[in-house]
Order: sequence, then structure tokens, then C-alpha cells
Amino acid sequence: MSGDCFSIFTLLRQAWTGQGGLKPMWREPEPKSAYDAVIVGGGGHGLATAYYLAKEHGMSNIAVLEKGWIGSGNVGRNTTIVRSNYLLPGNIPFYEHSLKLWEGLEQEINYNAMVSQRGVINLFHSDAQRDDHVRRGNAMRLHGVDAVLLDREGVRQRAPFLDFDHARFPIHGGLLQPRGGTVRHDAVAWGYARAADRRGVDIVQNCAVTGIRVEAGRVIGVETSRGLIRAPRVGLACAGNSSRVAAMAGLRLPIESHVLTAFVSEALKPLINTVITFGAGHFYISQSDKGGLVFGASIDGYNSYAQRGNLPTIEDSCEEAMALIPALGRLRLLRHWSGIMDMSMDGSPIIDRTPIAGLYLNAGWCIGGFKATPASGWCFAHLIARDTPHPVAAAYRLDRFATGHLLDEAGTGADVTMH
Amino acid sequence: MRIPCPHCGDRSHDEFSYGGAADRRRPTTADFGPEWLDYVYLRDNPAGLHRELWYHGSGCRCWLIVERNTLSHAITAVHAVLPASSPAMEDA
Ligand SMILES: Cc1cc2nc3c(=O)[nH]c(=O)nc-3n(C[C@H](O)[C@H](O)[C@H](O)COP(=O)(O)OP(=O)(O)OC[C@H]3O[C@@H](n4cnc5c(N)ncnc54)[C@H](O)[C@@H]3O)c2cc1C
Ligand SMILES: [Zn+2]
Repeated sequence: MSGDCFSIFTLLRQAWTGQGGLKPMWREPEPKSAYDAVIVGGGGHGLATAYYLAKEHGMSNIAVLEKGWIGSGNVGRNTTIVRSNYLLPGNIPFYEHSLKLWEGLEQEINYNAMVSQRGVINLFHSDAQRDDHVRRGNAMRLHGVDAVLLDREGVRQRAPFLDFDHARFPIHGGLLQPRGGTVRHDAVAWGYARAADRRGVDIVQNCAVTGIRVEAGRVIGVETSRGLIRAPRVGLACAGNSSRVAAMAGLRLPIESHVLTAFVSEALKPLINTVITFGAGHFYISQSDKGGLVFGASIDGYNSYAQRGNLPTIEDSCEEAMALIPALGRLRLLRHWSGIMDMSMDGSPIIDRTPIAGLYLNAGWCIGGFKATPASGWCFAHLIARDTPHPVAAAYRLDRFATGHLLDEAGTGADVTMH
Repeated sequence: MRIPCPHCGDRSHDEFSYGGAADRRRPTTADFGPEWLDYVYLRDNPAGLHRELWYHGSGCRCWLIVERNTLSHAITAVHAVLPASSPAMEDA
């Protein structure tokens, strides 16, 4: 077997031979002067897009241009949760398509992405919140998505360590999506990169796009730190940097960039075998296979490109952790880190054409775009190859902010700190 | 991140609420069109200097205009939206 595949036998052999026989998982090509299409941004979405362009649409003379190294953005910074427990008809089919692609991903790309369908439980703490969760669960089931309403005892069976009788936020029950769970995030970047590379896609790292060339209303290529690269189709998948890159083509987006922080604790013996979200704040927790508790909360709440958050958010997250699981009080945090979120004004993404022919936009993922990675790549590839939106992403239009066809899951309006 | 409030001094940012970009202007027309689209939904979202509003809710209860670098979080200027002697200030 070749040195970029891993079986138990290659791993054992390498252990005895100093790991010297492993090949890089993808090439490091010099960028060509022209491609049939280029994708800007080597995060999960850009790499998945390239893979599906090659696999599903037979376009292999394409490149992914990444300013740093692949996986250095949000795809390597998130808390790895995947689910399709949405409410709106414009969202559910897209996220369910994504979850189905996750279910087959490891076979598809022959890569262990540690897809773990350990379930996701959204807790509720009042009667009104229960009604809200019942409504969401019913919307999911009407779309053929799995949803189970748990009462208090049902939650207790799965997570006896929660503070059920918290004076202010007692736990009344939860909405469980059994097929939700976690996926090893950087393996997703690496796996898609290797699979795309094998189909001939050039993955060009350390190649920052610095300009977008437009002639007569049509994109003709991109200027980069490594020279001009011509392409009749350019797809932008730059997550937190979407506004900056779109501005190179004169576009102003309905997006603000904000910082989101996540945490991991020291390793514990198995404690939490599912994903739990606190309904009275914005906090969620799971346990990694290494034993660390992984948790996150809200964005700091001010414009930022710093990839570094501030202490009040950390304090706030820890207070929420304590309100939910008092037993965490003596646990130490090992690390925290942040990423830059492309917060759209209605909390939903954009996968669409732009007013410039041949220029396509994939942005606005807010704090939840990791779960979307496979479907985002699938639908963006479809859009770029055929110049028509994929049916499950048809609601993710750029002009919805002008036409009023918003997709506001949280119903909070154009205030990104509320999404 | 600490915001040097002109009335209260250096305070942690969690005493404040964020009000977004400072220079958006509410359109004068009542009809929804490009001006309202721009005002409600579109943002400059710069990487670098940003003029933005913060409300000091746990302090002087005044709105401030803060000039802050979104790449480093460094704050270079802060001033109150209303002059200190305005009636709104005396109510607070
Ligand atoms: C702390 C945290 C927790 C999260 N938790 C979850 C979660 O549990 N579940 C979930 O679904 N989502 C989660 N998310 C959100 C999710 O990570 C993102 O929505 C998603 O990863 C964004 O898509 P991406 O992977 O393509 O982004 P990225 O990996 O950020 O990719 C964008 C790439 O574009 C590159 N780029 C930018 N500008 C240029 C340029 N000019 N030229 C070339 N390249 C450029 C960047 O370097 C970057 O690599 C979380 C995010 C964070 C930060
Ligand atoms: Zn003050």
C-alpha cells in the first residue's frame, strides 16, 4: 500500500522503521498561470468544494489557493459538533444533506475522520422553551430528520451529572437528535485535501489572494502573492475574511467578522458520552476521545479579526459550565483559542452567484459552519460547475436581504450578537 | 480589552454593550430600497481601524464612539456621543 494510506499494518511497520516511509498526503505544486476554476480559501468548505468539483463534475484543472496552511482557519479551530436540528424549511434539507454526507464521508474519502454519532441534546428549562423545542422537533420530523423529545428523566438517564434542580434554570427535558455528534475537524481538512489532490486538484498553500481581476463585468482571475492566476470561475470560501476578499471585487456584504472562543480541559475519565447544550445561555459541552472536555459559548460580541478573545467571555463560559455541571468546579482549563466568524445579518449562510459573472460566494457561516462542510462543498461545487444553485441550498441567496426572504432561525433580526 | 471611558476611566469591556459601526446613518426615506438595505444589512467590516459605538451600561450610561483596531483590539480614541453638559447626561 502506498505511503499516504494508513492501515494497522503500515502504522505498525512505520513504528519499527522510524516513520521514515510515509509520503506527504498531498503535493505542493507551484501554481499554474491558469485554471478552469480557482477556489479562494483552503478551509473545510474550500477543500470540500474542490473535491466535489473534481469528483461530481469532472473538473480537475482547478486549484485551491490558501493564504496560510490548510486547516489553519476555522476548520481547525471549531468544537467539532455536527447536527441537522434546524427549524426553517430553507435550512433543514441542507443540513440534513450534510449529515448524510458525514455518515458516508470516511468511506468516500478513505480517511478516518472519527465521525461519532453520539447524539446532541438541546436542554430546555421552562414550559415555553419546551414548546419551542417541540416545534423544532416536529419541523425536523416533517422533513424526515430524527428528533426525540426527552423528559427530565430521559435526560437524567443520559447525563446524571447535570444540575437538574438549579434554582434559576431547572432542567425540564431536552430535544435529542440521535444522529448528531462530533467529527475530528482537522482530519476533515486533511482527508478532503488528500482526496482532492488525488483527483488532480492543485492545493496551493502560502498563496494569499490580493486582488480579483474583473473585465466587462466578468471575473478573469485573481492576483496572488505568487502572481496572477487566470480563471473564468472563481469561488470565494474565506469564512471570517469574506468581507475583505469580496471587497477586492467591490462587493459589500451583509456580514460582520466576530471572534469566537473555545476551550478544552485537562483529560478526564469518560464522563459525557453525548453533546449537551445549555438552553438558558449559550453554552455546549462534549468530551473528546483524549478525555478533555471541549466547550464553547458565544462570540465576544464586537468586530474582530484578531483570532484572540477576551477574559469576560472566558469567565462567562465558565459560569455557564458551573450552572450546568457543578462537578466541573475543580477542573483546570488546558487551552483556549479563537477563530473569526463570518456573522451574516440573519444568521444563515450565502451560497450564491454575485453581480460579477463567474464570481461565486460561499460565506456567512456564523458560528456553525463546520457541520455544513460536506454539503457546502457539494452545493458550491454544483453552483460553480453549472452556474445554477443546488436545490437544497436555493434559499441561501445573496439578494435575500434586499427582497426580504430572510432565513432568521433565531428570529432576532439584524443583530449578529443575538444569533 | 479595557475601554478608557471619558467619564469613568479604564473599564473592562463587559461593562459596555456593543452598538456596531458608528457612522451608519438612518435613511430619511420611508420606502425600503437600496438605502435601507445598506443601513440595516450591509457592513464595511474593516480589518483595521473601526469607528464603533459602545454603551457604558454599568457605568455612566453614556454612548461612546470608540476608535479601535479590529486586528489588534488596540483603542486609539474614545469620546462621548453627547457633550457632558447635555440634558441626556443630567438624566443619567
Ligand atoms: C471556536 C469555534 C467553535 C466552532 N464550533 C463549531 C461547531 O461545533 N460546529 C460547527 O458546525 N461549526 C463550528 N464553528 C464554525 C466553523 O468552524 C466555521 O463556520 C467553518 O469552519 C467555516 O468554514 P471553513 O472551514 O471553510 O473556514 P476556514 O477554515 O476559516 O477557511 C477559510 C480559509 O480562507 C483562507 N483565506 C482567507 N483570506 C484569504 C485570501 N485572501 N487568500 C487566500 N486564502 C484566504 C483562510 O486562511 C482560511 O484558511 C466553530 C468556530 C470556532 C472558531
Ligand atoms: Zn462611563
